[in-house]
Amino acid sequence: MVTAEAVWAALDEIPDPEIPVISLVELGVIRDVQVDGERVRVELTPTFLGCPALEAMQRALTEKLAAVGAQPEVAVISDDSWSTDRISPAGRKKLRAAGFAPPAPRAAGATTLVQLNSKTFRCPYCGSTETRLENIFGPTPCRSIRWCASCRQPFEQFKTI
Amino acid sequence: MSARAQRVLELADDELILDWRDSERTGIAPTLEEDVAFSSIAQNEIGHARALYELAAGELGTDADALAFDREPGEYRCAQLVELHLMDWAHTIARRYLYEEADRVRVEALKRSDDAELSGLAAKIDREETYHRLHAEMWAARLHDEPRFRAAVEELWPYALGVLDPELRPELARRVGLSVESTQAVERGEHRPELAELWSEMTEVRRSAPGQQW
Repeated sequence: MVTAEAVWAALDEIPDPEIPVISLVELGVIRDVQVDGERVRVELTPTFLGCPALEAMQRALTEKLAAVGAQPEVAVISDDSWSTDRISPAGRKKLRAAGFAPPAPRAAGATTLVQLNSKTFRCPYCGSTETRLENIFGPTPCRSIRWCASCRQPFEQFKTI
Repeated sequence: MSARAQRVLELADDELILDWRDSERTGIAPTLEEDVAFSSIAQNEIGHARALYELAAGELGTDADALAFDREPGEYRCAQLVELHLMDWAHTIARRYLYEEADRVRVEALKRSDDAELSGLAAKIDREETYHRLHAEMWAARLHDEPRFRAAVEELWPYALGVLDPELRPELARRVGLSVESTQAVERGEHRPELAELWSEMTEVRRSAPGQQW
């Protein structure tokens, strides 16, 4: 008999395909787990729609659910329910330790250039806020590139959505 | 085809074709930063196109790849703004700016839709588009006093109007400071010869191996 707790624990072992230091549960993309006997339905919500890791996540979830003895159903929900605010405190810590600056909290309105150019973004290497935006875009849709003037290190900053 | 499916396909086709045009900058943008920016924007637009095609495909009994690649060029519903093959920087930025402004007006309207699937997806797209808009705004501000940029915006204005239904056009005009009254919009429906060329390149691999799974 599979329990919801066991499913959550198992899913917490699945690393994010692009940033394997954090799990899909820590990333906040698992919206819901429903257990009905052997059948387990998991709702997955994409981070960015342009993220090519979505299919890898679906596959990893299906395999993991099968491995714990469940009949898996993975539903992708493309609505506004995922936000970078859903990344857990433990996930944020791991991101920073791996050199990725965690996202700023979602503000009431849309992000502005003034906000991106403000001194609120902290370098994940030295902790300084003397950082500047180099490029809104980076190696994946979810990240920007910033430069730390204190330790002279470029770093990747998670975009807030 | 329902009005809903047609509406979703218009949006999906705009995103897919503009994605293709934006990705033409990959490797040859004027600066490395813009190379990264255009490539990333293009990648995200393809994600929007895919989610929209999947929404339409459920209703039409097909799949996203078939909608994206198996139709004839004449069956696409994209606006001519996204079809134009523009390789000079002033026009490239003018199109990005005008498209993002038009898309903002359209997506805002879709977010208010009674259709929960459509309004939910529009809200998700809207959040991600924020970053495309910031990029366009930054360039529009930087090039504001550049005569070549102003001329490109005016030249593309009739095409930008054609992205939107007539009732949404005054809002776009207000946002970019141009006029609806004195301009004949380039409406959807007719396609430019460039679309067939783009389609031929875009679908070449898929046509070469029909039914193949990638």
